Amino acid sequence: MIMALLTIITDNWWDIRDLSNLSHEIEKLIGDANGPAWLIYVVSGLLGAIGIVSFIGGVAVINIWVERRVVGRMQSRLGPNRLGPFGLLQPVADAIKLMQKEVLMPGTASGLIFTAAPIMFTVPGILLMAVLPWGRNMTLASLDVGVLFLLAASSLAALAVFMAGYSSDNKYALFGSMRVIAMLVSYEIPIVISLLGVVLFAGTMDLQGIVLFQEKYWAFMILLQPLAFFIYFISVSAELNRTPADIAEAESEIVGGYHTEYSGMKFGLFYAAELINAVVVSAIISTLFLGGWWAYKLDEIVPGWMIYIGKIYGVYFLFVWTRGTLPRFRIDQLLAFAWKWMTPMAILNLILVAAEVLVWDESGWSAGVMIPAFVVINGTLAIATVYAFMRLLAPKFERFPTALRFYSNIDVPSLPATADGAARAGTQTV
Amino acid sequence: MINDTGIVVAFYILAATTVGCALMVAFVRELVQAVLFLALAFVGIAGIYIVLSADFVAVVQVLIYAGAVAVLMTFAVMLTPAADRKNSSTAFWAPAAVLAGLVLVIIVFVSYDTNWQIANRPQFGATAAALGEALLKPYVVPFEVASVLLMTAMVGAIVLTKEEEGEDA
Repeated sequence: MIMALLTIITDNWWDIRDLSNLSHEIEKLIGDANGPAWLIYVVSGLLGAIGIVSFIGGVAVINIWVERRVVGRMQSRLGPNRLGPFGLLQPVADAIKLMQKEVLMPGTASGLIFTAAPIMFTVPGILLMAVLPWGRNMTLASLDVGVLFLLAASSLAALAVFMAGYSSDNKYALFGSMRVIAMLVSYEIPIVISLLGVVLFAGTMDLQGIVLFQEKYWAFMILLQPLAFFIYFISVSAELNRTPADIAEAESEIVGGYHTEYSGMKFGLFYAAELINAVVVSAIISTLFLGGWWAYKLDEIVPGWMIYIGKIYGVYFLFVWTRGTLPRFRIDQLLAFAWKWMTPMAILNLILVAAEVLVWDESGWSAGVMIPAFVVINGTLAIATVYAFMRLLAPKFERFPTALRFYSNIDVPSLPATADGAARAGTQTV
Repeated sequence: MINDTGIVVAFYILAATTVGCALMVAFVRELVQAVLFLALAFVGIAGIYIVLSADFVAVVQVLIYAGAVAVLMTFAVMLTPAADRKNSSTAFWAPAAVLAGLVLVIIVFVSYDTNWQIANRPQFGATAAALGEALLKPYVVPFEVASVLLMTAMVGAIVLTKEEEGEDA
């Protein structure tokens, strides 16, 4: 009886289990009053925009607390716990502190670019939110080229980082932004190629279409494309500047990277935008690989956007987890990893997917046979290739080293010769 | 439809942004600022594509030009010495202005001379799938030739700029 009641999501406008009811109701009201057609677009666009911006605002505040608490727990610390219950008011205190701070600007900075950079850094994340499907009828901008739009809008953030680094007129900021661009140029390639695998399987670039594909064949894309998920997750955490790859703001090397010279709320915008971008990327991953608002039979009982938010936070936890546990890469390691490991693997994956789609199209076998077969084949191949490649490229893992490790055995560029004429690298190997 | 007030207003705003930014590229003193204005002009052109309901071309415009090309240009500017990072005036400004003026005259003349027809057809729907079909079915040979050409150019660039082994720089 209760189950039967729960499964029916009504069409009443007050039923917030499907928020599209509300916008349909408004549309009908305008239509009944013979309102102009553009008013419908403006009103529904405004509604969606307000919803998305308030979600982003809330997320940016709450995630400061989430991230610090979770990382704290992972590193055997308490994290913020003084202000309010469980330290929940800490983000508010942070924000007030940032707003009170004086906004300094270096005298030699180029003013307009310096001010525009944090704004431009925040915009792409909010833009990306617009095309994500939040439920069966809940997409603000249903784009036919959704995946391409995601790539295009997220590539704009690099330009903003560059603007910040260049206009600061500070060598550390410049280093940071140069690193970001080097990283972006390297990691854009595996990102694009791994997403191409997903698009090829789904046969559409529309994000809602990709979710519907997963619903139709009852398989999360991560099962069909484990390697693509793996590659995308790692590459995107490099693009997000999160800790295993946050060399653009490595405190121990280049002070604060591109935001060295920023203070007050300008810095706050960078900080918030980074959290927003992490959530947006989690949302992209949950749409493309984890079924978005669809979760087998669960979406008939629970509203899609709630499932979606749950998935977003699940993926976000993975990002926090990697941040809390992994040490930072060096810049050359990170770039070599992109070119020597990620790109070949992504191309391998693409060839495999192309072959599978071709077989599926040509053979005419039913999806009930093909999908489980692809899941098994791709899963084993993903594990096998990752293992093989790791054995091929990485030094062999030894829990207890059997031989002495010399400095020369590790691939480090040799240091310049010291004053006494002997190369330092040479003296250490002896 | 193309004659809607909103579309017309959007077109004029986008056109003004694009032309203004393009002018700023020529007039601004610092080269990095010029590159940033160029990126903004690219985005404006993408907006005009959206007005023309060419969504795929618009997104690719942002991805390739505003994303990749602008980043590449900034990278190139960064690698030049600081003294050369000026959008300084050259002796060629007069012939360049004459040439640009001539191009403008030709475009204006052609656009007035042509008898424009308003096509009586519905709006374009999704263009991505149709473009893909066209590229990989009837036009597959030019498409592949273009990609081979780009590959050759890339390999050539690497060969030209790679330093010899042992020739320590």
